[in-house]
Amino acid sequence: MAHQVEGEGWQGIVGDLSADRKAFRNVPWGKAMMWLFLLSDTFVFGCFLTSYMSVRMSTTVAWPNPSEVFALTIGGAHIPLILIAIMTFVLISSSGTMAMAVNFAYRRDRAKTAALMLATAVLGATFVGMQAFEWTKLISEGVRPWANPFGAAQFGSTFFMITGFHGLHVSAGVIYLSIVAFRVSRGVYERKGNYEIVEIAGLYWHFVDLVWVFIFAFFYLW
Amino acid sequence: MEQAAGQGTAQGTEGQTHPIGVYLKVWGLLFVLSTLSYLVDYFHVQGYLRWFLIIVFMMLKAGLIVSVFMHLQWERLVLRYVVVLPPLLLLVLVALMVLESDYVHLTRILSLGS
Repeated sequence: MAHQVEGEGWQGIVGDLSADRKAFRNVPWGKAMMWLFLLSDTFVFGCFLTSYMSVRMSTTVAWPNPSEVFALTIGGAHIPLILIAIMTFVLISSSGTMAMAVNFAYRRDRAKTAALMLATAVLGATFVGMQAFEWTKLISEGVRPWANPFGAAQFGSTFFMITGFHGLHVSAGVIYLSIVAFRVSRGVYERKGNYEIVEIAGLYWHFVDLVWVFIFAFFYLW
Repeated sequence: MEQAAGQGTAQGTEGQTHPIGVYLKVWGLLFVLSTLSYLVDYFHVQGYLRWFLIIVFMMLKAGLIVSVFMHLQWERLVLRYVVVLPPLLLLVLVALMVLESDYVHLTRILSLGS
C-alpha cells in the first residue's frame, strides 16, 4: 500500500512492534483502541457461536428447522425465513449509510454526515424493532430458553443468548451513533478539526453488521 | 480498488478518503451476496453444497465489510495482522469442541438410549 513510509511486509511489522514508541504508527489512539475492543468482542461472539455448535452437535433430539420456525405468512403466502432476510438487508443498508457518513465526515460535510449517521441509527432501531417482533412471536409460540415445541431444547437457549447479545450491541450502537450525530450537527468536531470519532463509531457499527453475517449463516441458514 | 488506495488527499487530513463509488459497489455486492445466501435456503439446497455455499457467501461478505467498510485493507500492515490473526485461534477452540461434542453425542446415545 502506498502510504507505508518505511519498512514493507514483515520487516515493517517487526519494525513497528519492536520500535520504542507506540506500535500503530499513524493510527489514531482511539481507532487502535476500538480495534482492540472489537477484537475482544470477536472472542465473545466466537465463544457464543462455538457453544451453539457444541450443543447442536451433541443433542440427540432433532434440531428445529430455522427455515420453518422463522417463516412468516404474508398476504396468504408462506415465505420461509423472510423476516430474517429483511433484517439482514436493513442491517446491510445501515452499514452502507455508515460508510458514506465516514466518507462525508472526512470531506468535512457536516450536514450530510449527521444526516447519514441518523439514517444509520434509524435503520438500526428498525432492526431492533423487528427483532423484538421476532422474539414476541417465538415467545408466544412457546419458545423458552429451557424448552420449545419444535425440537431440541438448546435451540431456545442459544437463540435468546446469541440474538439477545447481538441486539444489545445494536441498541448500544444506535445510542452511540445518535450522540455522535448530534455532536456532528452541532459542529463539535468541526471546531476540533478532527472527525476521527465518526470513523471510530463506524468501526463499531460495521462490526455489529459483521457479527450478524456470521449469526445469519450459522444460526439461521445452517 | 487500487485507485482508491491512499489517505488524506484533498484536506491533507490523516483520515480515510476514498471515492464514494467504492462504497456503493461494495454495498451492492453485499446485497447480491445476501440475496444469494437467502436463495440457498429458499430453494432448499441441502447437504454439503448448502454448507459450502453458506460459508462462501459468509466469508465474501465478511471480507468486504472488514476490508472496505472498516478500511482494514488501507491500514498499516501491523494493524491488519493484529486484527486478523488472533481470531484464527478460535478455530482451535472449534476443533476441540467438535471432538468433545462428538464424544458427548456418542455417550448420550450409549447411556441414555435415545
